[in-house]
Amino acid sequence: MTMSSELPAPPVPPLLSAEDVARVVDRVAHQLIEKAASHLADLVLVGIPTRGAPLARRLAARIEAFSGTPVDVGTVDITLYRDDLRLRGVRALEDTRLPDSGIDGRLVVLVDDVLFSGRSVRAALDALRDLGRPRAVQLAVLVDRGHRELPIRADYVGKNVPTSRTQKVEVHLAEIDGLDEVLLTGGEA
Amino acid sequence: MRKHLLEVADLDRADATLVLDTTAQIEQALAGREVKKLPTLRGRTVVNLFFEDSTRTRISFELAAKRLSADVINFSAKGSSVSKGESLKDTALTLEAMGADGIVVRHSASGAPHRLAQWVQGSVVNAGDGTHEHPTQALLDAYTIRQRLGRLDGVRVAVVGDVLHSRVARSNVGLLTTLGAEVTLVAPPTLLPVGVETWPVTVSYDLDAVLPKADVVMMLRVQAERMNASFFPSAREYSRRYGLDGRRMAVLPDDAIVMHPGPMNRGMEIAAEVADSPRSTIVAQVGNGVSVRMAVLYLLLGGAPE
Amino acid sequence: MTLIKNVKPYGEEAVDIRITDGRITEMAPGLDGDDVLDGAGLIALPGLVDLHTHLREPGREDAETVETGSRAAALGGFTAVHAMANTDPVADTAGVVEQVWRLGQEAGLVDVVPVGAVTVGLGGTQLAELGAMADSAARVRVFSDDGHCVADPALMRRALEYVKALDGVVAQHAEEPRLTVGAQMNEGERSARLGLTGWPAAAEEAVIARDVLLAQHVGARLHVCHVSTAGSVDILRWAKARGVQVTAEVTPHHLLLTDELAETYDPVYKVNPPLRTDADVQALRAGLADGTIDAVATDHAPHAVEDKESEWAAARPGMLGLEQALSIVVQTMVEPGLLNWRGVADRMSVRPAAIGRLETHGRPLAVGEPANLLLLDPAHSAVVDPAALASRSRNSPYAGRELPGRVVATFLRGVPTVLDGKAQK
Repeated sequence: MTMSSELPAPPVPPLLSAEDVARVVDRVAHQLIEKAASHLADLVLVGIPTRGAPLARRLAARIEAFSGTPVDVGTVDITLYRDDLRLRGVRALEDTRLPDSGIDGRLVVLVDDVLFSGRSVRAALDALRDLGRPRAVQLAVLVDRGHRELPIRADYVGKNVPTSRTQKVEVHLAEIDGLDEVLLTGGEA
Repeated sequence: MRKHLLEVADLDRADATLVLDTTAQIEQALAGREVKKLPTLRGRTVVNLFFEDSTRTRISFELAAKRLSADVINFSAKGSSVSKGESLKDTALTLEAMGADGIVVRHSASGAPHRLAQWVQGSVVNAGDGTHEHPTQALLDAYTIRQRLGRLDGVRVAVVGDVLHSRVARSNVGLLTTLGAEVTLVAPPTLLPVGVETWPVTVSYDLDAVLPKADVVMMLRVQAERMNASFFPSAREYSRRYGLDGRRMAVLPDDAIVMHPGPMNRGMEIAAEVADSPRSTIVAQVGNGVSVRMAVLYLLLGGAPE
Repeated sequence: MTLIKNVKPYGEEAVDIRITDGRITEMAPGLDGDDVLDGAGLIALPGLVDLHTHLREPGREDAETVETGSRAAALGGFTAVHAMANTDPVADTAGVVEQVWRLGQEAGLVDVVPVGAVTVGLGGTQLAELGAMADSAARVRVFSDDGHCVADPALMRRALEYVKALDGVVAQHAEEPRLTVGAQMNEGERSARLGLTGWPAAAEEAVIARDVLLAQHVGARLHVCHVSTAGSVDILRWAKARGVQVTAEVTPHHLLLTDELAETYDPVYKVNPPLRTDADVQALRAGLADGTIDAVATDHAPHAVEDKESEWAAARPGMLGLEQALSIVVQTMVEPGLLNWRGVADRMSVRPAAIGRLETHGRPLAVGEPANLLLLDPAHSAVVDPAALASRSRNSPYAGRELPGRVVATFLRGVPTVLDGKAQK
């Protein structure tokens, strides 16, 4: 170990501050209202655990605040659908909960924190297929950091962030981490 | 989690809780679905290696593996020339050559799964070995208790019957105490093992004294042939002293449940009116068995091979 | 003629030992001569005598033969071994014991002394022709149904009485069979947890108690095989204090290993009587130290691979012992100070020879005595490698253990059967 590595890392200015996160969520909520238009009652926001789940709940709350229409929310855990279990090892499962009215014939918007390779979204699409038959499926993410490995794109993006593969995008949300912020750490920009 | 599940001592409290939590999540994920199948173990091979008849356990494991999309091979070695031990190793090497990722083994010899684990690369799951252990039964029992009572910590469990010959009792004692339950063994002294005083349990010979303070009564199967070996004088005397009938069930606390690993001897250790009462979790135990075994297979086989 | 220079008899003052025509002819410092063997740093002990060896021939030559077992014995420092009767066919007639005896003579590495079965076919119901075996070329003096207990008390009484006329002794495998049906390991906390049927100490102790009373009643000699429990030691101590003509043996493995090893479910640790608790091990060591237990006997029990590479319950009981016996005694008795080298000679040579009525073995290291002796390097220690054993079988419970002491040479009537740690044929 060298001496320099024992020094505290210089503070990294957040990519998104708490205010930025709130603003971005509001913007995406407006976009969703615009897109769904008269079909808001048909809309189901399905969060991908871990941090997609609280994001979906926030979006729903903002949509209701702006439009006056309550929106159904659910979560779908994708662990059992992942194609990279052998690489990553097993992990504890999280909730899968859908609205009692189900997803058949409705507009499902998958919500996740970061869009990277696209593999999580693919697993979520596989899971949805086993859960019902939506009219359409769209995707909303807080951050799109590029480096897709599958032909998948987001319909609603909070912020596009060019990154290198070796960097990490860390999303912190108050419900889980105690505060809202998005950090870009490690590697070379 | 360790690589194999040979005995409940392979699970510490965190591991055991992980299995139960995973079971709950799997049940929730599959609740109300038309397609009760997950792609998790696609391309993996699970061998059910049964040296001893147990249709219900084999079917439970088979369903669990299939719902996780594993390829399942049922290898029933009973009745073939597998009385001699050499065959266990030969069988192990055969399975190894087939590339089994998981081997679910039931055997009449205590420790057979341990031996198997020394000879194969894949994960070994003990589905009952001799009078040693039956860890997935204990996991499904613990899951059922938690499901019904909402907790395991501090739950008072009476395990009643042939503890001496019961692998279910051994696994339950280990797992339930790991999870914070208070276990009391109730049996005639002849059906308790020497050294039971070193187990982390209370021992009683008096069922009537234990029942009013039991949240869970777990009845063990008593085999009639024990009678001929003088473990007890007669089936009638056993049933009178250690059987659970309606009168005894009435002294249980209001929320107490009655469990049985099956198959039951109705009229011997458990009366029909008890087995069919709302307190009975016997049917729920069977259903939970599939989910628990899915959780175990996922946790052992889902990750990276070593 | 051999001259061993600077060797320490019984670990005492170094001397030179001259061997001529099968006898010790001189013991003094500063001897000169040809054919010199440097004994510096080595201890000389009388050749060891085993009261309890399974050589498996006839019947299971795939596991051991008289020749391979003899070689293992010589490498372990033995000059005489008693070959147990549970062969196939059983050594219950003069013909079989003479065959075994002759095979031993042909191998020429140790004196193979056949044990005769007490009952026909080890069946426990009818006495074998004990007199015919005693009068045969094999000169049988020790009779045993080892592997089976002579459980019928009336039959045991008759056997004890009958062998008095033959200057014989009944070596009892003390195991009440009704208490050990299906038994797999010591009955206790571990057997309960492992789900392996227990072999209670009382099943051994009850038979020993019965037999010492019978031996006293009829005034006969009794020998107790492989004593394994603290309670058995107490009963033997009591019986000896009362003047009962009882002798007893303990195996090396019961002096070292405990039932903890069953937790591996590896049948290499399955043996009958089973490995017991640490308290039993301590009591056995104390009993051997104070002479309550007379002898160390190996119960060397070779088994073919397929009889051990299996489930615990399906495996045959027994473990190898000849090649490591002396090392185990050094580790468990000499190093803790429980026995000095004269004590080792007494328990592994003098007393077993006396029990078996062997006149030319178990003799002191002295001028004029038969030159049956071994040279031990006490400073050497090595890790046991089963593949390197001379036995035809590999079921050593000591695999991977580092054990002290190495038998450098063994002489049988002046002829080296082992030199530089290697068998001479």
